[in-house]
Amino acid sequence: MLLHELTASKVRERITKREVTAQEVVEELLEWINLKEPLIKTYLCLDEDGALSKAKEIDEKLSNGNKVGLLAGVPIAIKDNMCTAGVKTTCASKILENFIPPYDAFVVKRIKDEDAIIIGKTNLDEFAMGSSTENSAFQITRNPWDIDCIPGGSSGGSAAAVSADMAFMALGSDTGGSVRQPASFCGDVGLKPTYGRVSRYGLIAFASSLDQIGPITKDVLDTALLLQVISGHDNFDSTCAALDVPNYISDIDRLDDVLKIGVPREFFGEGLNTEIKSALMDALKIYEANGAKLVDLSLPHCEYAVATYYIIATAEASSNLARYDGVRYGHRSRLSSDSNIVDMYSQTRAEGFGNEVKRRILLGNYALSTGYYEAYYLKASKVRNLIKNDFEDAFKKVDCIICPTCPTPAFKIGERVTEPLEMYLSDIYTIPANLAGIPGISIPCGFTSAGLPIGMQILGKYFDERKLLKMAKLFENETDFHLKRPKLNQQV
Amino acid sequence: MKYEVVMGLETHAELNTVSKLFCGCSTKFGSEPNTQACPICLGLPGVLPVMNERAFEHSLKAAIALNCEIGRFASFDRKNYYYPDLPKNYQISQSYFNIGNNGYVDIVVKGKKKRIDIHNVHLEEEAGKLIHPEKSDDDYSLVDFNRAGVPLLEIVTEPDMRSIEEVESYMQILRNILLYIGVSDCKMQEGSLRFEASISLCEKGAKVYGNRVEIKNLNSMKAVLKVLAYEISRQGDLLDKGKEVLMETRLWDEVNAVSRRMRTKEEAHDYRYFPEPDLVPVWIDQKWIDETKKTIPELPVNKRQRFVKEYLISDYDAGVLTEDIFLADYFEACVKLARNSSKELSNWIINDVLRELNERKINIQEFTVTPKMLVELIKEKSTVGNAIAKEVFIEMVNTGKNAQSIINEKNLAQLSDVDELNTITANVIEKNPKAVEDYKRGKKNALAFLIGQTMKMTKGKANPKILTEILKEKITTGPK
Ligand SMILES: [Zn+2]
Repeated sequence: MLLHELTASKVRERITKREVTAQEVVEELLEWINLKEPLIKTYLCLDEDGALSKAKEIDEKLSNGNKVGLLAGVPIAIKDNMCTAGVKTTCASKILENFIPPYDAFVVKRIKDEDAIIIGKTNLDEFAMGSSTENSAFQITRNPWDIDCIPGGSSGGSAAAVSADMAFMALGSDTGGSVRQPASFCGDVGLKPTYGRVSRYGLIAFASSLDQIGPITKDVLDTALLLQVISGHDNFDSTCAALDVPNYISDIDRLDDVLKIGVPREFFGEGLNTEIKSALMDALKIYEANGAKLVDLSLPHCEYAVATYYIIATAEASSNLARYDGVRYGHRSRLSSDSNIVDMYSQTRAEGFGNEVKRRILLGNYALSTGYYEAYYLKASKVRNLIKNDFEDAFKKVDCIICPTCPTPAFKIGERVTEPLEMYLSDIYTIPANLAGIPGISIPCGFTSAGLPIGMQILGKYFDERKLLKMAKLFENETDFHLKRPKLNQQV
Repeated sequence: MKYEVVMGLETHAELNTVSKLFCGCSTKFGSEPNTQACPICLGLPGVLPVMNERAFEHSLKAAIALNCEIGRFASFDRKNYYYPDLPKNYQISQSYFNIGNNGYVDIVVKGKKKRIDIHNVHLEEEAGKLIHPEKSDDDYSLVDFNRAGVPLLEIVTEPDMRSIEEVESYMQILRNILLYIGVSDCKMQEGSLRFEASISLCEKGAKVYGNRVEIKNLNSMKAVLKVLAYEISRQGDLLDKGKEVLMETRLWDEVNAVSRRMRTKEEAHDYRYFPEPDLVPVWIDQKWIDETKKTIPELPVNKRQRFVKEYLISDYDAGVLTEDIFLADYFEACVKLARNSSKELSNWIINDVLRELNERKINIQEFTVTPKMLVELIKEKSTVGNAIAKEVFIEMVNTGKNAQSIINEKNLAQLSDVDELNTITANVIEKNPKAVEDYKRGKKNALAFLIGQTMKMTKGKANPKILTEILKEKITTGPK
């Protein structure tokens, strides 16, 4: 096995056992990235020098016999909407094309403290708005399983990088499914933690009440490891829970009780690809064979989740993105001498934002306008509560819920670009967890006849990531879907 | 006047916290531009606000002092509008669940009490400051973000005020309350107290008021009074001519003493308020309210009334003494020590103490003469006399020494020792038999001559009262 094909846990083990140096790992990985990047286009920015010097630093620590962190020597890719001090952070938007943050996001600081190596910043839909990564202002990322397909989005760069072995693990952000959906399309493990489990400080906001950072990895153990590192309270984020973080890694292979798994009708109905449906049914049988009880469930208000989401998310986005005005940082339009401040705002924003971002800003402003606020934003907030109640009621009866991550496998590049509504529907199964704030994980559970990965989603109670990980690990132990790699990974 | 007027006021008071509302930056006034700014108050991508607890406590204290109803929780909302001094292009403020609602302030106008209703009290963040170049052909403006994010308390009245005098009284009393509870320095020259006024007129007796006009950017109480007087006459003239007063927002032009249109109703902003998702609601339990109540001192109007009743001083004097809580405390400390003579103490403080404070441009907390020292001086006054006491007072202010030591050092003490005075007067009587005889025969001014002679011998230090008595007694009883 080549170095870059290892999981993060394995590569860390080999580095700390001094079987290989961190420098060797980084050099080998960079070689692989440089080989594959022209095709896949996952990275917006590679920090080769930074990565190599950090690798040397860790090797030095190890040779001096010093203690090293939980991610010692592991090269990690970061979605380019998380601030990295001194390294460009663009949100895949022209408006932040040359923005270099003066500070590290909380999660970035955490992984650095644990001796991870940041290898680069990955592509995304502009400001994380999209489901295919096609809304990036800079490049189109391809799905390593089929380069004519999109990798999903908005964390498409991170998901493709992990799947193509171009990063050992990656961070994504999930507002309506942006970690789980691309993980499912790329055959990765992706977790959206409970809202408040991970600090959002330094994550460039799309929709503040929904955004949550999560790991995208090659297997469940790596997700547990990365979640362990990034979880916990942060004094710089008031919405981050002041709760102790359990150990996600120990006992990950042990499930004591007989579990009750909820199977929500609404997630298996019309619109679900038949191959995905049957893969899910097979997966449920594996759980049954391991002693789990399946419980038929209804989550009646999830029908309204997509509509609710597009009101709340766009409303928050319209305000969050107001700061990109050309006054203090980022793109500023070249202006004629007779233009005023309003011209500066409108030209700067007209040039700096792409169409999908503009569409959502308009929708959001509309939903918040006088006379419409009650009909849209307020009503959506009420429906959001009903969806939350659906899940709370369900979790009185079951320990977790299993459903598909997406209704279809990865679709073709360009296929849905002109059909925003169809694009929005690809998040139909992931959005409810964001609205409710509950955690959800997507793991590989099969392949379509065309060879595209299928993702299974496990949803859990608030702050019950530990159970999700154990459930996911149980499935992984019984199957080998996670071990399959795209053909392209063998082609040198 | 043939029109009735109603006015309302929004007051913005900067809270006197050490750090800003949502970040750790200093709130110090007058620093170099942009030296008190960080990623958070500059609104850089990815930053989040964290509530300054002290600012919230201050706001809660103000809401309680202004007799507001306090909800079970307070939450924050975004007020969206574009302006280059507003880093995020939204201001974190409150709209749906304010810290306080439905409060009131009692004011006194021409001796009559009136209640002004407070619509709400809420907490929000301050914006930065635009600096425009001096030359008009320079095509740029600069922004200083030092003030951006400083906590602001906004106090909104109902349109309850019917005269300029009521507005003036309201502003003064509100300012005093904020100073009393110690939440704001209310320094107008530093912009820490600013106003927005609204005004509408109608024919006397009419049931419906005319269109409301708002005036922004009022940086002093004087400006508020001037602009309202201006608007009453401007709107009155329009109505006289049968014209309509437009519903609009105007700005006060201090230099030309006129108000100008800023925007019409049609151009009014839609602020698109919605709950701030980056902050969690602050829950307020009864215990917190009770504990905060305990920290609120007796408020100025009540203190003034009590001073009149308890210390038998005039309402005017009580007003002067209670304008500053520390001055009021000073007065009460003096009264307590002296156990009496409150009227005399009040005179000393209002005339002499305040004069010295004004001359030195210091406040009572910085004053060298403590209540104990002032009371001691006043006790000495009965022995040194009023003129010397005033002299000693100035010396006390200058040197910080107490009255006794100044009197001793300067040898200003009166000669009140009866034995000594007996000897001296005996001597005077012996040397001036004619004057003694004259007095005995009924010439009253002969006594004045004898007193003068004694004073001469004691270099003016003899206690005149004791001296007079001894002389009288000696002459009437005669030599033995
Ligand atoms: Zn700051």
